[in-house]
Amino acid sequence: MGNKQTIFTSQQLDAYQDCTYFTRKEILRLFHRYRDLAPQLVPLDYKNQPEVRLPYELIGSMPELKDNPFRQRIAEVFSEDGEGNMTLDDFLDMFSVLSEMAPRDLKAYYAFKIYDFNNDDFICKSDLNLGKTLNKLTRNELTEDEVRMVCEKVIEEVIWTMMDRLSLEDFQHMIMRAPDFLSTFHIRI
Amino acid sequence: VSRRRASEKRSTEMGNKRAEKKHDKHHKTTRKEGEKDRKRPRRRNADEEEAEEESSKEKKNIKNERTKTVKLEDEKEKDVKKKRKNSESESHSESNSDAESKDNQAVGVLGSLTPEELEQLKEAVDERKKLITTLKGKPWPMKKKLVILRESQEFVEKYEGALGKGKGRKLYAYKVLMMKKWMKFQRDLENFKTACIPWEMKIKEIESHFGSSVASYFIFLRWMYGINMILFGLTFGLVMVPEALMGKPYGSMPRKTVPRVEEASAMNFAVLWDFGGYAKYSVLFYGYYNNQRAIGWLKFRMPLSYFLVGVGTVAYSYMVVIRTMARNANEEGGGDDTSFNFSWKTFTSWDYLIGNPETADNKFASITTSFKEAIVEEQESRKDDNIHLTRFLRVLANFLVLCCLAGSGYLIYFVVRRSQKFALEGLENYGWWERNEVNMVMSLLGMFCPMLFDVISTLENYHPRIALQWQLGRIFALFLGNLYTFIIALMDAIQLKRAEEEIVKKNMTIWQANLYNGTVPDNSTALPITVHPADVPRGPCWETMVGQEFVRLIISDTMTTYITLLIGDFLRAVLVRFLNNCWCWDLEYGFPSYSEFDVSGNVLGLIFNQGMIWMGAFYAPCLPALNLLRLHVSMYLQCWAVMCCNVPQERVFKASGSSNFYMAMLLVILFLSTLPAIYTIVSIPPSFDCGPFSGKNRMFDVIQETLETDFPAWFSKVFSYASNPGLVLSFLLLLVLAIYYLQSTSKTYKRVNMELKKKLQTQNEENKRKNKLAALKAANELEQAKKAGEQCSNSASDLGESTQNVSQLP
Repeated sequence: MGNKQTIFTSQQLDAYQDCTYFTRKEILRLFHRYRDLAPQLVPLDYKNQPEVRLPYELIGSMPELKDNPFRQRIAEVFSEDGEGNMTLDDFLDMFSVLSEMAPRDLKAYYAFKIYDFNNDDFICKSDLNLGKTLNKLTRNELTEDEVRMVCEKVIEEVIWTMMDRLSLEDFQHMIMRAPDFLSTFHIRI
Repeated sequence: VSRRRASEKRSTEMGNKRAEKKHDKHHKTTRKEGEKDRKRPRRRNADEEEAEEESSKEKKNIKNERTKTVKLEDEKEKDVKKKRKNSESESHSESNSDAESKDNQAVGVLGSLTPEELEQLKEAVDERKKLITTLKGKPWPMKKKLVILRESQEFVEKYEGALGKGKGRKLYAYKVLMMKKWMKFQRDLENFKTACIPWEMKIKEIESHFGSSVASYFIFLRWMYGINMILFGLTFGLVMVPEALMGKPYGSMPRKTVPRVEEASAMNFAVLWDFGGYAKYSVLFYGYYNNQRAIGWLKFRMPLSYFLVGVGTVAYSYMVVIRTMARNANEEGGGDDTSFNFSWKTFTSWDYLIGNPETADNKFASITTSFKEAIVEEQESRKDDNIHLTRFLRVLANFLVLCCLAGSGYLIYFVVRRSQKFALEGLENYGWWERNEVNMVMSLLGMFCPMLFDVISTLENYHPRIALQWQLGRIFALFLGNLYTFIIALMDAIQLKRAEEEIVKKNMTIWQANLYNGTVPDNSTALPITVHPADVPRGPCWETMVGQEFVRLIISDTMTTYITLLIGDFLRAVLVRFLNNCWCWDLEYGFPSYSEFDVSGNVLGLIFNQGMIWMGAFYAPCLPALNLLRLHVSMYLQCWAVMCCNVPQERVFKASGSSNFYMAMLLVILFLSTLPAIYTIVSIPPSFDCGPFSGKNRMFDVIQETLETDFPAWFSKVFSYASNPGLVLSFLLLLVLAIYYLQSTSKTYKRVNMELKKKLQTQNEENKRKNKLAALKAANELEQAKKAGEQCSNSASDLGESTQNVSQLP
């Protein structure tokens, strides 16, 4: 546990430990994973907080993410510019939320944002949200009729008001009960 | 005074407002502000109250004060920033003096605070501290979190020292320092603990290929490894090592020496593999231990330690299992209710752990199938095909299963009796099969009966999840039945050995008399003739026999598992892969194909093995060490086998929604395993010439002996009062009443919970209905209004036309 690393100041490491669910060793390991994506872009010295941003293509090619149908949305949600280009802070934040130790409500909040494809704080029935989710999940194997039916069933199950779209409260209320949510919404790195 | 108060209020409010302004800069969307509002209502309310109070005071004075405090604030901030720039390892004196100067400034501003304001300030500081600890769980982007963290830390630093003004100043500062050190220590401990967790990368690889349910088996294995490590530490450190180092060495006593008769074969590998020969007369088994009360220069109480370690392993296991169950119970959702079927399928079916294209393909296929099935089920109601046939088939299946279970139980009993007969006639006359018959039969039954149950269960036609639960229940019953039959047979063997013991005791006295045949035959204590320990006739040691049986059982079980793995998985995969080219049908899709990893079967096997360890650990202290080795090898072997020979499962059904299912089974096994051990300890007297309790009437007499001799006199008096039957009975009664009370309150809570849930549900449905009605009504009214409007416009146009016509009329 000696201070042998020269990448971060010890204050930075402590701050990261306070803001994420990772320990010191894991943060350093994550930094090296981040750097391995583009060694020529990421400097080895983060003490002056350089502004380095990795493009989405590199992030999406990580082995943990490349088979995930929602990887683009995940990168967009956690990136600062909303386009999927991530700084180290965003990278750490993303894996902290998706780690084992993050609590249910935090994960539910971010899950909602991931499934909200048009960023309007509602998951609506149309092509943009639920339909897209279903098509990504089944790789377009379901027919249009079936997709429409499932979307209607989902709305019917979850919504309490007359509106035909899910708000954050509805989503959270539904997902908190799900037995599988914590174990599936989890990336180990 | 009023002006100063205003200034003080202003200063705290300034701090808050400044922080808020900085927060505003980093707001992305207005919704986030809404989030923050919800999460920090207290501060907002406090601010609002203060703002109201402020507005009622004179504004000019406030303005003057404001500029003054702003200047002071700036100075303080500069000081704080200077301190931040220096390294954290400042000497205490420096930091103290800095803190003091800072404190003086802060104190200068906060001057003589009234108690309420002091309280408010303390509350604000505490709230900031809480914010720092819960910062990880806030849904803010990282940059915002870092900024807020820095500000909160500055705020806390600034005012914390000042708060300790007055009487408890030094104490407060000391407390704060200790708290900081404690947090740093905790953080280092966390870092250390995560560094110690083994096999993380292996499990991650398996997770990405097979999904979370297969990986859960390996996580369970790792957890078991941890428990066994502790058990090993206890038995090795407190039982085996002291006896080996400080007890009498090998060959010094009859019980520690191989008898002359067996000496010739004591080193043979076959005998050693069977745990006879030198292995039997060593620290590995109960029989080696001497009953001397205190050994070595440490006066280590060996028998007491042996007894307490036995009790301690069981107690530790109970504690760990129950604690894990309680932790898992907290995270449980609402159970298996189907009110959100489609929603859960949509939002939680994708397993984010998958990192392998083939598994991803499988997952996509299974999700699609699951959706299609659910849609079909939704659209048409299930046709009730012949209920009577299904019921008859299910009853038939259960009857067959019962026959199987009874058959296997009888088979084991028969085999154990046979092996006792062999033992009586001398094992050398029989080959390898007869000697290991019992273990082989048990392992083979454990391998083939589950497959049989699987075939029988196709008669039943259940939903896969329910079929899995039935299957697990049956395998559980099978293993349990086998184990208990084995124990009953062992009990018979113990009785036999004890009868033999009586005979040997009689023979001993005759033999000793014969020894002194030539010397002085009077009753005075003659000098004992030195007889080599190997030649002394030995009493049978039933405890060592029990230990040996368990060790043999576990070894054969392990061997069977590994061989099944190699043949069933590896050989099959090799055959399928290489014979596929020259075979008539497609081996990979057709009959043998690659095997899937059987999660529940493997977990059950693991649980039962652990049960056997718990049962036998008292009689063979080497069992936890053996198990540790076994788990270690299993981990590597099974990890390799899974990655090399198995394919991901097509449909994944978990046995239950919660992970407490396997924990509950473990608890049941723990309880059932400790029953036989407790029974033997309490009711059977120990052997007279082997083990640490030899010579005593019952094994737990060692406790009483220790109490009488090692503790002061009043201690044993107190205990004798405490063990008075009257007191014990009333204590038991109290416990029973407490259990009854707790159970009834928990039942009431559950009922109230269900009622509230139902109420909520009906309320929701009411709301939905009302909203739909209201919307319909609104739509109708809109329609009507439109129509009315149209009519009006129509009539207006008519009127216009008619007026036109009229105007056109001459």
